[in-house]
Amino acid sequence: MKQGIFAVAENTPLNDKVSRLVLRGDASALERPGQFVQLRLPGLYLRRPFSVCDRDADSFTVLFETVGKGTEKLRNTKTGDEFDALTGLGNGFDLNAGGDTPLLIGGGTGLSPLYWLAKELIMRQKQPIALLGFNSVSDIFYEAAFRALGVETVVTTVDGSYGRKGFVTQAMDREHTGFYACGPEAMMKAVCACTDKPGQLSLDRRMGCGFGACMGCTVKTKSGLKRICKDGPVLSSREVIWEI
Amino acid sequence: MGDLSVNLCGIELDNPVIPASGTFGYGYEFAELYDINCLGTFSFKGTTLHMRTGNPQPRIAETNAGMLNAVGLQNPGVDAVIREELPKLAKVFHKPVIANVSGFSAAEYAEVCRRLDAVPQIGWLEVNISCPNIHGGGMSFGTDPKAAAEVTRAVKGVTAKHVIVKLSPNVTDIAEIARACEDAGADALSLINTVMAMRIDLKTRRPVLANTTGGLSGPAVFPLALRMVWQAYEAVSIPIIGLGGIRSAEDVIEMMLAGATAVQIGAANLVNPFACRDIIDALPETMERYGIKTLSKLTGGAH
Repeated sequence: MKQGIFAVAENTPLNDKVSRLVLRGDASALERPGQFVQLRLPGLYLRRPFSVCDRDADSFTVLFETVGKGTEKLRNTKTGDEFDALTGLGNGFDLNAGGDTPLLIGGGTGLSPLYWLAKELIMRQKQPIALLGFNSVSDIFYEAAFRALGVETVVTTVDGSYGRKGFVTQAMDREHTGFYACGPEAMMKAVCACTDKPGQLSLDRRMGCGFGACMGCTVKTKSGLKRICKDGPVLSSREVIWEI
Repeated sequence: MGDLSVNLCGIELDNPVIPASGTFGYGYEFAELYDINCLGTFSFKGTTLHMRTGNPQPRIAETNAGMLNAVGLQNPGVDAVIREELPKLAKVFHKPVIANVSGFSAAEYAEVCRRLDAVPQIGWLEVNISCPNIHGGGMSFGTDPKAAAEVTRAVKGVTAKHVIVKLSPNVTDIAEIARACEDAGADALSLINTVMAMRIDLKTRRPVLANTTGGLSGPAVFPLALRMVWQAYEAVSIPIIGLGGIRSAEDVIEMMLAGATAVQIGAANLVNPFACRDIIDALPETMERYGIKTLSKLTGGAH
């Protein structure tokens, strides 16, 4: 974990609600895909966690949906605006847990950490297949970005307005050695019910600190109590106890 | 440079800054970031006789100028704390530490304190009779002078360590509770614990916290804490640790002027993990600005 000041290098709307934010600064604490950052946002007391979509030595990228006061402010930030960030938080994905042909299953902005994961998996000669689920054609983003990595990418929409109609689970009829998933909890639960292969899930809970001190985000798992911020956010599909 | 040291029940602290229980774990997370031996001391995560898994999710909510928590004293239980956590803590922190204790009966408080009494690295026992997030214990002792005195006496009977009683702000007359604890033998008081509060989600029309209510902390409660420290200082002659919303060296000085011998920093650690170090670093310059040479002489200076 590191604390630092980051400047907005790019803030691009990807559709009506989702934006891509590139923050420039010392990103060296971000070592593994699946890790997250805690941003201090103007007018809010607690920091807010954001999954990291990509990073290099001197910047990181987050994809976020405008859902409340904090993300509204973030949506309207300008190039050069500065943010205080804690970086390198959480455990990140195990790059071997999904085998050689893992499914990367993302629901909405849940696809964010899977992009960096896809890059790392490809570097290790693995052949991930991305299944990206959205509600409708107007919600879609990052399909081209995944394809540009050379990743076979299947898009599903609930209303059938683009790609395969239905939920991401309907596109899971592919040979796979394991899976990585991030998205709404109901989606991840359904994903786990569709395969007997080992999986890794990136979970989300209301956090206080984001670095393991306050016990605000602790959940019960089959392997004991886990702080989502410190012992997660990535948990094995076999240890999660669903609360929904 | 001015003198930052203070004396808490006969133990000298390099400075009055103490991370508050429940916001600093057992220190390891912060020791990754900076040398936590710069702290006066710290109060580690609240400890109960048996393991507690804590409350259901969500446990945290944002508020204006603060936060709510309803963690519910998640901890591995006193024996695991002594066996596993304290040896690790000893590797990163080399000063006497404060053990924060909770329970569901006077006898249970006493039993936890009896077991902790044997641990040399513990300098003080902070008896938490003010947790708003557990049912049938905690705060119910801190809102009744007789029950507060009963717990204090029970604990004093089993330990030679200094006993700090941590008081609840959720009372009508803080002076009455403070006096009851002093009369029962408390060596010091710490106040305030969090203020019982809640938020409701407009979309779901349900309380945000699974526990319905939680404890409010952060800058929002600072003036309330300051007032209660002031009132307690008027009522007792034992030392007071002031806490509630402190986030700057100026806040430390203000709290000491109200009557605090030392201070605890809670919510600020969660927002800025360097908060305690930053406050300690800022103290000498801030003291100079206000013509303060010896910090310890400030205590109660505004009365």
